[in-house]
Amino acid sequence: MSAVPTPRVVGERAWVNRSFGALAWFVGLLFFFPVFWMVLNSFKSEQDANTSPKLFFHPTLDRYKDVTKSAGGLLSFSDAFWNSAIVVLVSVAIVLALAIPAAYALSVKPIHKWRDLLFFFISTKFLPIVASILPIWILARNLHLLNTRLVLIILYTGINLPLAIWMLRSFFAEIPRELIEAAEIDGAGLKGQLTSIILPMAAPGIAATALLCIIFAWNEFFYAVQLNPVSGSTMPIWVTTNISTRGDFLAKLSAASVLACIPVVLAGWLAQKRMIRGLAMGAIK
Amino acid sequence: MTAVKYDHATRIYEGTDIAAVDQLDLDVGDGELLVLVGPSGSGKSTALRMLAGLEPLDGGSISIGDRDVSEVRPRDRDIAMVFQNYALYPQLTVAENMGFALKQHGMPKEERVKRVRETAKILDLEPYLARKPKNLSGGQRQRVAMGRAIVRQPSVYLMDEPLSNLDAKLRVQTRTEVVELQHRLGVTTVYVTHDQVEAMTMGDRVAVLKDGVLQQVDAPGTLYHEPANVFVAGFIGSPAMNLVPVGEERPLRLGEVEVVFDQAADAALGGGTGEITVGFRPEALRIGNGPLKATIRTVEDLGPEVFVHVAIDHRGDSVPLVSKMSPPFSGEPGDNVGLELVGTTHVFGGDGLRVTSTNATLR
Repeated sequence: MSAVPTPRVVGERAWVNRSFGALAWFVGLLFFFPVFWMVLNSFKSEQDANTSPKLFFHPTLDRYKDVTKSAGGLLSFSDAFWNSAIVVLVSVAIVLALAIPAAYALSVKPIHKWRDLLFFFISTKFLPIVASILPIWILARNLHLLNTRLVLIILYTGINLPLAIWMLRSFFAEIPRELIEAAEIDGAGLKGQLTSIILPMAAPGIAATALLCIIFAWNEFFYAVQLNPVSGSTMPIWVTTNISTRGDFLAKLSAASVLACIPVVLAGWLAQKRMIRGLAMGAIK
Repeated sequence: MTAVKYDHATRIYEGTDIAAVDQLDLDVGDGELLVLVGPSGSGKSTALRMLAGLEPLDGGSISIGDRDVSEVRPRDRDIAMVFQNYALYPQLTVAENMGFALKQHGMPKEERVKRVRETAKILDLEPYLARKPKNLSGGQRQRVAMGRAIVRQPSVYLMDEPLSNLDAKLRVQTRTEVVELQHRLGVTTVYVTHDQVEAMTMGDRVAVLKDGVLQQVDAPGTLYHEPANVFVAGFIGSPAMNLVPVGEERPLRLGEVEVVFDQAADAALGGGTGEITVGFRPEALRIGNGPLKATIRTVEDLGPEVFVHVAIDHRGDSVPLVSKMSPPFSGEPGDNVGLELVGTTHVFGGDGLRVTSTNATLR
């Protein structure tokens, strides 16, 4: 992001601005500190991590080696990583494939009673996840889907779909109607309208939507641990396997947590520019 | 031959009982530039969108040439439309914008490029073909929008207030260019505007709409000199025609002064009852030593002409009138003056329709 000069506001007082600025920095650092501490711990020995807080220590990558080496019978880093990657990518791809036409039908060419439908989509989020686990578990067992990637793909698709439809609908609604009408008159069918007008114009919004779906699916723990404790386990479950009942594990757990964070942070960083444009799209004409 | 015909075409928006366009009957001749004009909410844009296929019909039919297009998709109607905000595709260059429709219709690239180039030449757009719309001025964008329509060589052009986003000077200049271009191409054009000056200057014929109902469709001069009803009389012309309700009494009076018609007009009026409205254009009202007493409210000196706003006492109310005078005009707000009628006076019946137009005098 390029630095944008702060516009001068008529009548503002410098000391008020500075105090709010200082407060914002303080709160920001306060929130960031646990993350910082986690990263720091991941480079320590277990001994250093478990003694009184030390800022200066001999950094080591051993904990990363510990957590990524596979031990027989236990969930390995690479298995968990691939499970997560496949579940996340496939489910997000399905979400976008379903949400884009749905959003089109709710904004560009609104179907009859589209408001009711939109409410229905979001109403599926009203139910607490815990309340749904028993029926879902029974269904999954009867369909022989327990401990498979497929069950998580289905669930994450279902969970992300309403959010994606809501987000994409508002992004699509921002596209000036005349553009779509012009394309219609110019001879573009549904496919032409989507590929040459709607998708390129809503690209930042689609990127933002995809990123939020990726973050959710990557981080989801509850369903994963209930439905896939044996195989098909994802990264969050792998992180918890580094908690042991015997001995110290703080540094190892920190290293595992850092590894689990990296893909999401990376995706966020890559999408940042587009996403901010996407989230701000409504403000720009 | 591509004439356009609206036959009882009706559009009622969902959730309303009132027709946005009510049983519109309108014929646009081959190669004609017909202007649809009316205040906002008059249904002029809806009528255009119905022709484009962007609004479905709730009754009647529309045909282009010999073909009933009422149920034909927009892209199969062989039309091109210029939108008020131009609706240029922001991610495409000028050349891609202009070639978009040709590409959608499967024209080979070579021919497409050639056609775009030819059209760009007509519109002086050649230097800008590689630019994106955001890097163009308003006038250039407007020309690209025109180019996008022209390049397709459709059978009908639809234009929805295409000049309203230009500044006043450019608008007047572009107005002439559009008319010239339309005459040169000879393509049937339906042009929507809310600006009656634009309508009068551009249209071969002008259709005036109000509340979804066609009021009158005629050549500009006819609309001005022989308005069908009170609405058209008041809408066409700037400043608007002076319209004064004079009640049911005979003889007709403005304030204390009698309006005297010739015999033919008297005969047309007959002994009829009903509310009568008298209308006369600003140029037919002269300020001087006439019999009708008035007070000057404001004086607008535009250079070649002076609009003088006056007020008369009429049936117990202060009624504003406007007079168009030639300079030099000496008179200040607050001055008491005498008015006389020097041109055509229109008489409208209780139903709003024009009964007669004649030279009248005040006595």
